[in-house]
Amino acid sequence: MGSMNPVNWRERVPVWKAIEASPLPAGAPSEKAKIVIVGTGLVGLAQAIDLGQRGHDVVVLGRFDFIPLGSKAICFSKRSLDILDRLGVGEQSVERGVVWNVGKVFWKEERAPVYQFDMLPVKNQKMPGFINIQQYYLEEMLIARAMELPNVDIRWGHDVTAIDPGEGSVGVEVASAAGGYHIDAEWLIACDGNKSTIRELMGLDFEGRVFEDNFLIADVKMKGERPSERWFWFDPPFNPGKSVLLHKQPDDVWRIDFQLGWNIDREACIRPENVDPLIRAMLGQDVEYEQEWYSVYTFQCRRMARFVHGRVLFAGDSAHLVSPFGARGCNGGFADIDNLGWKLDLILRGEADASLLESYNEEAIATADENILNSTRSTDFITPKSKISTIFRDAVLELSGEVPFAQGLVNSGRLSTAVSYSGSALNTPDGEDWQGKGIAPGSPALDAPLDEGWLLERLGGRFVLLTNGDPGFAVPGVETIDLSSISNAARALERHDLTPGAAILIRPDHYVAARWKSPTAAAVAGALARAKGALPS
Amino acid sequence: MKLVTSPNLANADGVYEKLIALHHGLDEEESMRVNARLILLLINHIGDADIVSEAIRHAGLGTQQN
Ligand SMILES: Cc1cc2nc3c(=O)[nH]c(=O)nc-3n(C[C@H](O)[C@H](O)[C@H](O)COP(=O)(O)OP(=O)(O)OC[C@H]3O[C@@H](n4cnc5c(N)ncnc54)[C@H](O)[C@@H]3O)c2cc1C
Repeated sequence: MGSMNPVNWRERVPVWKAIEASPLPAGAPSEKAKIVIVGTGLVGLAQAIDLGQRGHDVVVLGRFDFIPLGSKAICFSKRSLDILDRLGVGEQSVERGVVWNVGKVFWKEERAPVYQFDMLPVKNQKMPGFINIQQYYLEEMLIARAMELPNVDIRWGHDVTAIDPGEGSVGVEVASAAGGYHIDAEWLIACDGNKSTIRELMGLDFEGRVFEDNFLIADVKMKGERPSERWFWFDPPFNPGKSVLLHKQPDDVWRIDFQLGWNIDREACIRPENVDPLIRAMLGQDVEYEQEWYSVYTFQCRRMARFVHGRVLFAGDSAHLVSPFGARGCNGGFADIDNLGWKLDLILRGEADASLLESYNEEAIATADENILNSTRSTDFITPKSKISTIFRDAVLELSGEVPFAQGLVNSGRLSTAVSYSGSALNTPDGEDWQGKGIAPGSPALDAPLDEGWLLERLGGRFVLLTNGDPGFAVPGVETIDLSSISNAARALERHDLTPGAAILIRPDHYVAARWKSPTAAAVAGALARAKGALPS
Repeated sequence: MKLVTSPNLANADGVYEKLIALHHGLDEEESMRVNARLILLLINHIGDADIVSEAIRHAGLGTQQN
């Protein structure tokens, strides 16, 4: 049995909104569950909604009986918004958040940006390139959505203290203020964050690189007429030799992120009297603002060697950590649960073998590796580790004001976009020459407007055969959507290069699995089987 | 091997002279800065990651890491 005296987390972690602690479940002291998710952070909540919407009974265990105050993540990518939309909170998030597409990079005292980018190069999609929103607002929306699903049972203040991973099930010991109990879970998804209890209890690795630098987050409330864009400075007069990042959040809250360097007093630097001069130097001596949240962080890039360990599956920060430049942390975590949800669903329904999870391991690791690679490169550009590295960095910034090519080398963070799984075993390689057009297997379908609504909305969360014309056959387990029967589908057809008669098979996570200029029932069935983990025949 | 390593430049002595003249009167820091600019301009002009990688590898021969 779990311990009877769990930690009082409210004394250790600042609380944004208290939630009543959950009582002992009806099944205590020992119950059985199909799916146990550990963690009520953004990733655990999103996973619970995904599996709940697919009709499964889900138990979510969270050690906190509150939503924490510290808003770590604020930037959410278009890809995450598409996922959140499928989970029922996309529109709300966009409405509540601050929409932005453009990022500008400044150097020294120059007023004109040395570089500028657009996170939504293809327009006419439902979701914008990015939104900024306080993490607690998004958590609150996900909680409300999860509570609409009667089969999702979130247990607040229930702390996992021990696990026993077995062949047929995973034993879970839970401590709560109401007492301890045991769950015998068929599957356990560890969304328990970067200090993952589950990972530590299982003695699993978490290798990577630690960066020797400190960054100050000053979330301040102030009125101001600045555009909702991401502004980044290299070596500005108000933080000489270092970087500064400015982001707008809802409710007139602005996030200012100051690079501080390595040898600093971490306690002292978040005292208001020490933050104040930095803010005034940047925004003017007479600026009026209120402190919202100050914190100092260092960062690491790490990942587990494998995310799948028998019946224990890791997702989000428990499995991988990146530096914040590029907003790839939580956005990467949402990619995990989007990938894992439909696969576990098929396995639980007996429509796929448990070996399909191997593709989660591969695809989620491909995503994590791309995120780690990009955020490591950004970090090395933003905080050069040697004199010569600084010289090259400054040469790039200087040249970017003189010749166009150098702008492409300016790296203030390569912001999160969907990662392609071009080498995935679930893809059926093209049999025809698509001449580089459309969306190849292993990449996500591209949104486009339809008569009413949007393509990605229509796709939902199941296998879809998207066609241009009636294919003349139906394949069990696949819904056919004939775009030629929908008005205003020209952009959707063009974006996927769907010439008359052509078709693409799209996975429940909106990734393209296969495509044909002239499909046959057998070819589609074969590609479907392969996307569900069967070996190609 | 795509990197050209046989003689490939007319008036090589003249170009070399210009390279040295570029650094005339500069302190070490300035020279490093100018070299960095030059390398970046040339890399972009070459425009082939394989060739640049071969050149990077060759340039590193004889250093501690290679
Ligand atoms: C300064 C900063 C800025 C960032 N900005 C961004 C950004 O703009 N965009 C972005 O995408 N990412 C950003 N990130 C990263 C992002 O915050 C994380 O990737 C994200 O919060 C991870 O979510 P998670 O649900 O995996 O983990 P967490 O949010 O850490 O949640 C873990 C949960 O597990 C629970 N838990 C832990 N152990 C147990 C246990 N034994 N029993 C029960 N429950 C347990 C915890 O209570 C918690 O609820 C930022 C990070 C930092 C530090």
